[in-house]
Amino acid sequence: MTGTSKRIDVGDLNVYYGSFLAVEGVSMAIEPRSVTAFIGPSGCGKSTFIRTLNRMHEVIPGARVEGKVMLDGEDLYGSNVDPVTVRRQVGMVFQRPNPFPTMSIRDNVLAGMKLNSNRLSKSDAKDIVERSLQGANLWNEVKDRLDKPGSGLSGGQQQRLCIARAIAVQPDVLLMDEPCSALDPISTLAIEDLIGELKKNYTIVIVTHNMQQAARVSDRTAFFNIAGTGKPGKLIEMDDTTKIFTNPTVKATEDYVSGRFG
Amino acid sequence: MSVATKPAPPAGSSSLARNQLPRRTTQLVLVLSFAAGAGLSALFGGFSVVSFAVLSVLVFLVVNTALSAVVEGRRKATDKLVTALVYTAFGIALVPLISVIWSVLDNGLPRFSVDFLTTSMRNVTGLNDQQALEGAAPFIGGAYHAILGTFLITGLATIISVPIGLLTSVYLVEYGRGRLARSITFFVDVMTGIPSIVAGLFAAALFAVLFGVGTRNGFAGAVALSVLMIPVVVRSSEEMLRIVPNELREAAYALGVPKWRTIVRVVIPTAISGIASGVTLAIARVVGETAPLIVTAGFTSSINSNPFSDWMMSLPAYVYSQAMRPLSGSSPQPSFDRAWAAALTLILIVMLLNLVARLIARLFAPKTGR
Repeated sequence: MTGTSKRIDVGDLNVYYGSFLAVEGVSMAIEPRSVTAFIGPSGCGKSTFIRTLNRMHEVIPGARVEGKVMLDGEDLYGSNVDPVTVRRQVGMVFQRPNPFPTMSIRDNVLAGMKLNSNRLSKSDAKDIVERSLQGANLWNEVKDRLDKPGSGLSGGQQQRLCIARAIAVQPDVLLMDEPCSALDPISTLAIEDLIGELKKNYTIVIVTHNMQQAARVSDRTAFFNIAGTGKPGKLIEMDDTTKIFTNPTVKATEDYVSGRFG
Repeated sequence: MSVATKPAPPAGSSSLARNQLPRRTTQLVLVLSFAAGAGLSALFGGFSVVSFAVLSVLVFLVVNTALSAVVEGRRKATDKLVTALVYTAFGIALVPLISVIWSVLDNGLPRFSVDFLTTSMRNVTGLNDQQALEGAAPFIGGAYHAILGTFLITGLATIISVPIGLLTSVYLVEYGRGRLARSITFFVDVMTGIPSIVAGLFAAALFAVLFGVGTRNGFAGAVALSVLMIPVVVRSSEEMLRIVPNELREAAYALGVPKWRTIVRVVIPTAISGIASGVTLAIARVVGETAPLIVTAGFTSSINSNPFSDWMMSLPAYVYSQAMRPLSGSSPQPSFDRAWAAALTLILIVMLLNLVARLIARLFAPKTGR
């Protein structure tokens, strides 16, 4: 796998839904070849924020962003930046597995190329399918039924298929929005192992509700919180994962990671 | 683990059990009700099918509910009453359907033949019909020209309506926001309610302005039908596109697929089975339209395979002309027979279209097998 892995620098980012300020004043640096986890209570804007990192946020009508997101020094929100180009470099895996129901397993993996009508030689296609499925730890389970529909797989397999689909286009960054929340512990373990593998080549950002998961897989952790309903979510603290979970600077972080609220 | 539990109640006297009627009771009551209905019907002013049906159903409703109320209690009795009412309503709804199919088959089959499907009415006169009735000559005259016209006009209407309707629904679901989308939805709803004769007059007036007063041809008929068809196609495809999960669109966007490709390669293929069956049902809906075709395509007794010039016959117009203006005023029966046979042909076409719609829906449906 040859991802190029880029760093992300976010500067004073405000995220809006229409006139509603959902996330306020986030600045952070996300290092390449590492796993960064976002934790925090429900509704604090983690998912909203992660979707601004590949310009998926603006798919929702009325949604907009103020501030800077730099991918290796290039502003994602600069004028003339095409969101489609951005999304080819920053891939995403969603909360619920969403393979394309009309496509076979093979076509699902190749969806990034096929949907864009890129010409692929048969041997290239074969290589990409095998490499991506092996990268997603799914190859051995599906190699005999690549022509079967992707929706026939189990939930955990579908999610790994979605990861294979995301890494098949060789993005620089992989965003994961609660990728294990719909999965059982065994599938979760498979995906966590996979994240450990993937970080050798990719910058990975993961949103999770599961603090043990954040502690297990991530190098750095960002804690988001919200002052009350209707208030914007904010980045409270970001540091090395071990520091966040053992000796956080802010009281609210300590309360959250020790289970005193949330 | 020996916790003191209540001793199990002896078999047959469980606190959860209730009195129950034997399993076949309802069927038995039904049969007895039919017998009673027949008897009562004969008693009151002679046997007739209508009074037999009404009386049997009434007897069944009363006896079955009362029996259940006495033995099983109120809740079960209510359940049986409502179940019986639902079946009765279903039966009543079937009456017109079966009666229509029966009368069309009964009246249409005598003249329905290969000859009827492959010949036109050219040079068939009232004299032929009279001779045929006297047994001096065979019955002649068919609906080939009308079948051809119906296929050409409906086909053209489909070619016009499907792209317009599908693209409109794509706009409404994927792009439309605010006032423009709302007004399109409003006008599509208004169009759904347009009486078909108004659509026909619109097309006739349009062609009168463009090509001179009195212009009638198959294409004008197709335009009239597409006015009726477009709102149906828009509505059904809009529903189908809306139920495509948003997650699939987002999955495609996240792979760096532009919006238009996402619509063409992901959204429409996912919804295609519903769209295709919606389109087929829209065709079935307009294939039997009469009024708009009479004012736009007119009548003819000859085969015309060019929809862009000269009058063109269609099956509904054929039925209308054979039934209302028989070839021979003194012996109209052969014309009536032809009208029924054409009606049968039309029903067969609609049935075929419905079957095709089901087949398409099954063929294109997203596969879920392992």
